Amino acid sequence: MGTIRKNIRASRTPLPKSPTGISGLDEITLGGLPRGRPTLVCGGAGCGKSLFGIEFLVRGATQFNENGVLMTFEEPVRDVTQNVTSLGFDLDSLVARKKLVIDHVRVERSEIEEAGDYDLEGLFIRLNYAIDSVGAKRVVLDTLESLFSGLANHAILRAELRRLFGWLKEKGVTAIITGERGEATLTRQGLEEYVSDCVISLDHRVIEQVSTRRLRVVKYRGSTHGTNEYPFLIDEDGISVLPVTSAGLEHQASSERVGTGVKDLDSMLGGKGYFRGSSILVSGTAGTGKSTLAAHFADAACRRGERCLYFAFEESPHQILRNMRSIGLDLGRHVASGKLRFHASRPTLYGLETHLATVHKKIADFQPRAVVVDPISNLATAGSLPEVRAMLLRLVDFLKMRQITALLTNLTSGGQTLEGTDVSVSSLVDTWLLLRDLEHNGERNRGIYVLKSRGMAHSNQVREFLITSRGIKLVDVYLGPAGMLTGSARVAQVAREAADELKGLKEVARRQRLLKQKRQAMEAQVLALRAAFEAEREEVLSEVAIDRLRREKAGGDRAEMARSRSAGTGTARGNENGHGMAAVRRDREILR
Amino acid sequence: MKAAKGLKAAKEPREDAKGDDAKFWDLRLYVAGQSPKSLRAFSNLKKICETHLAGRYRIEVIDLLKNPQLAAGDQILAVPTLVRKLPVPIEKIIGDLSNEGRALVGLDLRPRSIGADGAQ
Repeated sequence: MGTIRKNIRASRTPLPKSPTGISGLDEITLGGLPRGRPTLVCGGAGCGKSLFGIEFLVRGATQFNENGVLMTFEEPVRDVTQNVTSLGFDLDSLVARKKLVIDHVRVERSEIEEAGDYDLEGLFIRLNYAIDSVGAKRVVLDTLESLFSGLANHAILRAELRRLFGWLKEKGVTAIITGERGEATLTRQGLEEYVSDCVISLDHRVIEQVSTRRLRVVKYRGSTHGTNEYPFLIDEDGISVLPVTSAGLEHQASSERVGTGVKDLDSMLGGKGYFRGSSILVSGTAGTGKSTLAAHFADAACRRGERCLYFAFEESPHQILRNMRSIGLDLGRHVASGKLRFHASRPTLYGLETHLATVHKKIADFQPRAVVVDPISNLATAGSLPEVRAMLLRLVDFLKMRQITALLTNLTSGGQTLEGTDVSVSSLVDTWLLLRDLEHNGERNRGIYVLKSRGMAHSNQVREFLITSRGIKLVDVYLGPAGMLTGSARVAQVAREAADELKGLKEVARRQRLLKQKRQAMEAQVLALRAAFEAEREEVLSEVAIDRLRREKAGGDRAEMARSRSAGTGTARGNENGHGMAAVRRDREILR
Repeated sequence: MKAAKGLKAAKEPREDAKGDDAKFWDLRLYVAGQSPKSLRAFSNLKKICETHLAGRYRIEVIDLLKNPQLAAGDQILAVPTLVRKLPVPIEKIIGDLSNEGRALVGLDLRPRSIGADGAQ
């Protein structure tokens, strides 16, 4: 059993495919259109099916060395050539180099009379001749259905078309047959009945005056393929289909950090800024400085030498450059050095899908490492809410897949909760900065805080943020008993505090002075007391001395008297005298 | 191919032709090889011309299998196709000409309205 299955698998050769060269389409079809088989490309008027066919031929001739035949049933050769010149396709040159044959088959019913049985062998012969003349591998028949209006006998026509598709297969050419969309069917004439290998449907929808082109692979026999409706663009490079799907959650998460462009903000985000490849949402009400923050981010990226792509959905690049110059950010030099590129468009210019497609294409062209989308909320005007959400999801996924650091700004309209976005992308982003007005005392000030930042320690503080002539500056808000103060209230509070402090200092100085004076007064008193005391003591001493002297004198008199009365008492007198001096000294000691 | 023998078989216009006698029919029949349809077309054409335009017509038969490059010039799609180069305007009649009524309309030998009605 196992071996049989293995054999079956081994013998199964993959369906050979012919790459279209149309950007994005080969990814969806996993390699291109079925080689050697016809493919039906259908869609309404102006959906781009003719261009699809022509690009298939041009790319074949220029990129894959496969010559082609264009059989046009609607427009003369000259018109076809002119139509695609603006897309950079030089059909004349391809024809001249024998890489392409263009044959215009004109069917004018008024010039044709049908008289009897016929077949379309003439068409076969023409086609065969054209194919053989350049050895074509690719054929485009645009639009075969014109035959139905040119020929009355539809029975013959249908039989012949069936034969034609068989013949094309036999011829081994990869063919595109275009068909006009019918009311209930893919094509008006039911060509899908005949071409069963591959059917691609193009669509050009206008919803609320906004147009979006979409492509869908309806059927691809023998091959898997993307089944979604993919948006596609027609621009100066032809068609680009965008295989944008929700890519899942398989992107790499870098732990490398990139600066925010604002030093203080870096420190709020763990000191290093955002993660590379992460998505940052900056939301806030009008005039809170979202674009300014975005400009700082772009400036920082360019300073690191990285390329940055700035999608402006609100302002023109010139306006942004001018505004940022006023705050000291010279983005102009980054534009001049090619590191910064702007892509400005009105959101209402075209549909969401087209916007997304444009974003993809621009990113693929420029290969930036940082992207700014300013603002995403404006895109809401280009589609319904679920659409916008889906688009942003895909955008964020796409950017993450490519490891592009993306900063998206979102305008929160008045009356909305700040911690929400009208497009609900908050859950998609890694870092969410909220800018808000802090209204107090009749003025508005800007505050910033980190609502979330996955995978890093971040500040929980509300900081006031100032837009100065030298860029954004974050300052600590004043948190005091009176609550959070910002702006002039903060300034006033700071001044008040300074005054209080000064007052305190003065008080201390005053008291010091007072104390000094008291000490001086005290010392003066001490001196006075001491002086009084000294005076008193001197007085006492002199009195004592006088008293002694008097007594000695009296004693001397007595001795004189005794001597005069009896001799031999001289010794006693001397002793008496010595004793007197010691007593005075002793008295002094006591009184000191 | 028999039809091919009549290639470029031009007949001088008759002097005594009446009505549109002054006119000359320059016809070109595109065929693809000797398919039954081609042969039928040639014989039908020959018959119609001899009946209605004796001496005032010329038939050129072009075999696209031999000269495929000529198909684009006259915008040939269906085979067989008879191209009326003269009288102007150029008119194409496709089919084997088995519907004579329509063939006559295409050759401008019968008014369009009647031809259109009588054709079916």
